[in-house]
Amino acid sequence: MADRSTFTEQASPHFDGLYAAAMRMTRNPADAEDLVQETLIRAYRGFEGFSDGTNLRAWLYRILTNTFINSYRAKQRRPEQTELDESEDLYLYRRLGGLEAAKMGRSAEDEMLDLFSETEVKSAIEALPESFRMCVLLADVEGFAYKEIAEMLDIPIGTVMSRLHRGRKSLQRTLYTFAVDRGLTGRTPATADA
Amino acid sequence: MTTIEDAGTMTDHECDEAISELYRYLDGELDPESLAHVEAHLRRCSPCLEAYDFEAELRQMIAAKSAEQMPAELRRQILGVLDRLDDSLN
Repeated sequence: MADRSTFTEQASPHFDGLYAAAMRMTRNPADAEDLVQETLIRAYRGFEGFSDGTNLRAWLYRILTNTFINSYRAKQRRPEQTELDESEDLYLYRRLGGLEAAKMGRSAEDEMLDLFSETEVKSAIEALPESFRMCVLLADVEGFAYKEIAEMLDIPIGTVMSRLHRGRKSLQRTLYTFAVDRGLTGRTPATADA
Repeated sequence: MTTIEDAGTMTDHECDEAISELYRYLDGELDPESLAHVEAHLRRCSPCLEAYDFEAELRQMIAAKSAEQMPAELRRQILGVLDRLDDSLN
């Protein structure tokens, strides 16, 4: 068994990230807590086999992903959706590009940051069907390379790319509906007309 | 070859090509040749550059706003479990 303090020292900087990923995967705090705990126990048990110099973070996320797929996916009662509606590229940009600057008049980064709330961003990710959600999460939130994601999910790189492409468009469509609901787009939300 | 006079009058084809490479660019997955090609186009084409910037900021925003902090109680609990695993095996 590996030295506990060595493991904790190296793995603990990734705890918050692993927990965030687990929340998006399971979509509820109780399962996320169990998933992270099981992941870290497995990682600790396998830590001796982990060789220095390889990417600890990718290794931990691989265990997280495998544990989710093998133990938690079955518990997710929502029927798995495997297709997404097609939409154009730059869906959000074509609808909101320029709008932030005009409406908010602040620096570019602030504009984008203020456009959506944390709750909206999290719900938009969680609204994606699982196979797309996993790819978008691992690429856009966690910043893993296509090859790493392909290995974690055991799918070809081409499949990672196509799921990312479609998942991102769907995420943008969801974010746009939030913007419309809040009247950010200049279109009056239906409730305000009543 | 594009000349200075061509600047600002990018063909739709060139823009379509740049937009189709957008995600692989942001993902850091373009080969050096395609990367140079995209960057050259972005230097000349402000509408495409604006779209790229928007997508890059959106990406940063999504990552920043979906962050979580592991609850302190869970952290304590996990460290406790690892300690007990340690004890039971030593």
